[in-house]
Amino acid sequence: MSNLMTWIDERFPATKMWNDHLAQYYTPKNFNFWYFFGSLALMVLVIQIISGIFLTMHYKPDGAMAFASVEYIMRDVPYGWLIRYIHSTGATAFFVVVYLHMLRGLMYGSYKKPRELIWLFGMFIYLALMAEAFMGYLLPWGQMSYWGAQVIISLFSAIPVIGDDLTLWIRGDFVIGDATLNRFFALHVIALPFVLVFLVVAHILALHEVGSNNPDGVEIKKNKDANGIPLDGIPFHPYYSVKDIVGVVVFLFFFSIVLFYFPDGGGYMLEHANFIASDPLKTPEHIAPVWYFTPFYAILRAVPDKLMGVGTMGAAIVVLFFLPWIDRCKVKSIRYRSVIFKVNLAVFCISFVVLGWLAMQPATEILTFFSRVFTFFYFAFFAVLYVTSKNESTKPVPDRVTS
Amino acid sequence: MKSIVKLLMIAVMLAPVMAAASGGAQLLKAPIDINDKESLRRGAQAFGDYCYSCHAASFMRFNRIAKDLEMSEENVREMLIHTYNEKGAPAKIGDLMKVSMTDDYAKNAFGTAVPDLSLSARARGADWVYTYLRSFYVDDYRPTGFNNTVFPDVGMPHVLWSLQGLQEAKYKTVLHGDVEVEELDGFEQIQAGKLSRVEYDMFLGDLVNFMVYIAEPVQVERRSMGWKVLLFLVVLFGFAYALKKEYWKDVH
Repeated sequence: MSNLMTWIDERFPATKMWNDHLAQYYTPKNFNFWYFFGSLALMVLVIQIISGIFLTMHYKPDGAMAFASVEYIMRDVPYGWLIRYIHSTGATAFFVVVYLHMLRGLMYGSYKKPRELIWLFGMFIYLALMAEAFMGYLLPWGQMSYWGAQVIISLFSAIPVIGDDLTLWIRGDFVIGDATLNRFFALHVIALPFVLVFLVVAHILALHEVGSNNPDGVEIKKNKDANGIPLDGIPFHPYYSVKDIVGVVVFLFFFSIVLFYFPDGGGYMLEHANFIASDPLKTPEHIAPVWYFTPFYAILRAVPDKLMGVGTMGAAIVVLFFLPWIDRCKVKSIRYRSVIFKVNLAVFCISFVVLGWLAMQPATEILTFFSRVFTFFYFAFFAVLYVTSKNESTKPVPDRVTS
Repeated sequence: MKSIVKLLMIAVMLAPVMAAASGGAQLLKAPIDINDKESLRRGAQAFGDYCYSCHAASFMRFNRIAKDLEMSEENVREMLIHTYNEKGAPAKIGDLMKVSMTDDYAKNAFGTAVPDLSLSARARGADWVYTYLRSFYVDDYRPTGFNNTVFPDVGMPHVLWSLQGLQEAKYKTVLHGDVEVEELDGFEQIQAGKLSRVEYDMFLGDLVNFMVYIAEPVQVERRSMGWKVLLFLVVLFGFAYALKKEYWKDVH
């Protein structure tokens, strides 16, 4: 066995990679609950890829057959229903896990120097994930698939001069049709998964280059023993691999509750109107995007002018990329930061959730007013952060991690 | 940190309250039980007798019904197969539940294509279908002689009228601010049907139950697999947690 490993190692850095990324990758020993979501996101990605492969074996990306082929999977393919629900529940799980993972980054300042690139790669993953989810949602070819895509694609027409040609180019037709479905399928199953996997690799390589942050925001590499091993570090494997297994089991428990007992998520994951085949002549009464896009959709609706709305919605995402430079506070962790920061972050989280809820309601006058208020709070987070973080009154940060 | 979690929880708890406050159409609760095979079989009979000649259920196969509802294929053939395939032979037991009526014909007859019922209970909800089928009333201004309070000016005739009898919609005047608005105030039976009110509701309950079943035939199996998976995960958690504890006992 060891001869075999030597033979391989002389030709391929198997043991080296194993050590660099797992067995001798030193990780802070004080990770808490919030640190499960990175590995969970990776696992959900794998779940989505595997369940997706099986779905493509039976799905037909054809305007005349797509809707029926999904029902064929649900009824006639052995355990097709299970694979389909795993994939649809997985989409929601992916966003839940990624949002919590991002919130963790906000709380513990994981985007700060020297981890700016990790954050940027992560933001690109988030962007790719949104594109992946949006295109995937067209594939069941139900009413909400169709009209949701119609609404989102038409946003590009707000762009001056090239807008109309651009939407035509995206759709490949004057309306959403077979051409759109086919190209979205290609992008959903080949192009974007490639991009996602590539970005995830870059995200993890960047992380392993600088080392993980932790709930105290202390750099463990500053305190090393005689062998150069961080005093507060423990090897990722076996310590965090066995710990993450616990996280995975707990996650799968909640995942299974949704999967087996609430697969349509009360109409928020599989929308009721999406059980009606797409019909270009009948607009559903109420078009709302799937829950994970709703905060941005609310921001879009909050602005009266279409172009301004699209711009504001775009800005709501783009501004996140600049977080490492907007937050100028040297102290990373929320544990040692000011009350202003804590309140600011809390208001931001609430705004995000409320905006998400508002987008699912009809746009009445009063609710539109609230959308505007919370859109303001959403952006105010970044402004307040920029202004207050420069000379923030922080608590002393310990030299070593606390338990 | 704790304050964020608290505030998030409050926001999450408030959401349904705010959602409920926004209101919606009044629907009756459909009396259905997806585990009641007897009711599902009665529902299949009702579906075959009253729905399945105009409406298709074209994602459903006859023999799937036989298997799931524990009926013989012969039984299902008698109950549901009245159609012929393209070759002129009677539909086969493994066929999809299609109908002969074309969209063009339906548009001539009813002014609209007849919707496929495979997924109606999932698209509209069981309560909607149940309330809809209870809410036909006599309206001489409609070509079919009937209108519906849940689906105003619907193209579908009241095919169940002989069972339900005839009813008229009653309205009351309500003040909304200082505007007088006519609001529905129940129905008045003007001619008895073959079934009593209670019997009719039970008939609809069975029918809607069947429609909920065909909308997702796997749901009983899904739920029964669910708790086994959850139980397995609970056991696995025990092992995973013990393993973690064992490894971490030397980390201080």
